[in-house]
Amino acid sequence: MQTIFSIGIDALAFGMVLFIICIGLSLTMGLMRVVNLAHGAFAMIAGYIASYAARDLGLGYAVAIFLAIIGTIVISIPLERFLYRRIYGSPELTQVLMTIGITFCVIGITNYFFGPTLKTIPLPQALSQPVDLGFRTIAAHRLFVIACGAVVAGGLWYLIERTSFGIKLRATVDNAAMSDALGVRTQVVYAISFAIAIGLAALGGVVGAEFLPIEPYYALRYMVMFLVVVSVGGAGSILGAVIACLVLGLVDTTGRYLMPDFGNFFFYAAVILIVCLFPRGFFGRAQ
Amino acid sequence: MQTLVQTGAVTKVHSVRRPWLRDVIGILAIVIAGAVGYWLFPDNLALLTRIIAVALLVLSIDLIVGYCGVATLGQAALFGAGAYAAGIACVNGVTEPMTLIAIGGTAGAVAGLLMGTIMLRAHGLAQLVLSIAIVQLFHEAANKASSITGGSDGLAGLMISPLFGIFEFDLWGKTAYLMGLALLLLVFIALKFVVSSPFGMLCRGIKQDPLRIRAMGAFVFPVLLKMFVISGAVAGMGGALAAISTQVVGLDSVSFELSANALVMLVLGGLGTLYGALIGTVIFMGFEHVVSSINPFHWMTMVGALLIAVVLAAPGGLSSLVEKVRGEKA
Repeated sequence: MQTIFSIGIDALAFGMVLFIICIGLSLTMGLMRVVNLAHGAFAMIAGYIASYAARDLGLGYAVAIFLAIIGTIVISIPLERFLYRRIYGSPELTQVLMTIGITFCVIGITNYFFGPTLKTIPLPQALSQPVDLGFRTIAAHRLFVIACGAVVAGGLWYLIERTSFGIKLRATVDNAAMSDALGVRTQVVYAISFAIAIGLAALGGVVGAEFLPIEPYYALRYMVMFLVVVSVGGAGSILGAVIACLVLGLVDTTGRYLMPDFGNFFFYAAVILIVCLFPRGFFGRAQ
Repeated sequence: MQTLVQTGAVTKVHSVRRPWLRDVIGILAIVIAGAVGYWLFPDNLALLTRIIAVALLVLSIDLIVGYCGVATLGQAALFGAGAYAAGIACVNGVTEPMTLIAIGGTAGAVAGLLMGTIMLRAHGLAQLVLSIAIVQLFHEAANKASSITGGSDGLAGLMISPLFGIFEFDLWGKTAYLMGLALLLLVFIALKFVVSSPFGMLCRGIKQDPLRIRAMGAFVFPVLLKMFVISGAVAGMGGALAAISTQVVGLDSVSFELSANALVMLVLGGLGTLYGALIGTVIFMGFEHVVSSINPFHWMTMVGALLIAVVLAAPGGLSSLVEKVRGEKA
């Protein structure tokens, strides 16, 4: 019972980390049709900024998260303007190559400046101690991550379904040329959605640093996992991404607890099974 | 992509007059380049053999990506299947090099059949993800079955008997290099026939418009699956060649990184032309050899910048640049 409970909490927290990072990728892929393999690279950049702010400058955790999100978005703006904008609407292979190229560059440059060692982001006192729930104690950090995931999911749902920006976004996705003709500034909509996606990746990278440690190969090592989550959930679907993250987080965590020797075996076996059963993901848009 | 199709049409007009002359010249060029490499770099024959083995892998990716339009990031699964099959056979007493190559090719073909059956169920992004998942599964399997494959230590101790019973595999790798070159030539000529056959044309048609091909009454799935098997055989032979020349099979031969690098080489050289695959491999691995000996991380930055530059400046790869220059001259 104890094992099942701790597996459950860990799986939920890990799934939420995956969700926060991947939902941005899912949005760029489903809404803007860009296969952005460099998504993990932005999460990694955020991790480095937060680590630098918290460890070397001695700033608080909340400030570090804030700085990381802002910093990453600032870095991403010129990239969007000069590189990504050229590959909107290109064939998938072109997008894959361009974004792999960006990932390689980020890895090389990060390593040049920060070295190949692991970077930690020190947790504040309140998050590093266990919390008593009455019948069990669990780590406060896990609860914090789960809460972050819930807030992100709710906020995004509200933004896309209930605000005027959401309406413009959905219109642009359905028919960019027609929305343009009706006065929606599609370039601005794309730029804002891209910034939101990158900001979420940054948030996920920082709060998830306990699960996915920050190091130069972060961008490449977890890229596959992020891509898998999005295609399992169905690109562009929030609900699909939530379910995919929870299912894959559960499979991965359970596999690691019960049969650590087999590592990623269950994860990828589950992926092949799911993609074969649901070729468009759980809730993918028909193409 | 548009330019690629157009240049393809232009070359077709050229080749109507002498359909075989271009190919004969191209094959002669490969022989000459191979001989020049042999005389110029007698100390680096191991690297040159490695380049040939990877060139076979890149050719096999070209068959799937360039001729059928199926994006894959998991081709190293087929390469690794060939390498491990040859390695395991060698450790268990089959030491004749030509037999090992055949074993590698067969194993690659079987793996290609399996991979094609799974991958062709999906489309687009899901297909790409399936290919990654498959190569990761192969990687895990090779890692865990350490009693057969040597796990993360690699499968060492391959003792290869002399080629045709005469030519020893020496320390300098001369025999391995010449055997590899001959293998590459044979495979290249065979693939030239494959891609210009009606079957090859059907594959190109499927790449351009699968719906229309289906409407014309052809079955898409078996055609693509057949190409997967051919591609698997080519990749498997490449893997077996790598195993024979280095006498070690490591986990890196079935890694996602190798698949991604090989795809980069192909795109650098140019999709959909067999020459592009060879040019891209030689340039990429030559650069890698020089730059990564200075600092491996600078190498990553450079490959990244190179990739971005290719996508922005020459979407058809280097071979299309050559065609473009030649087209402007004519």
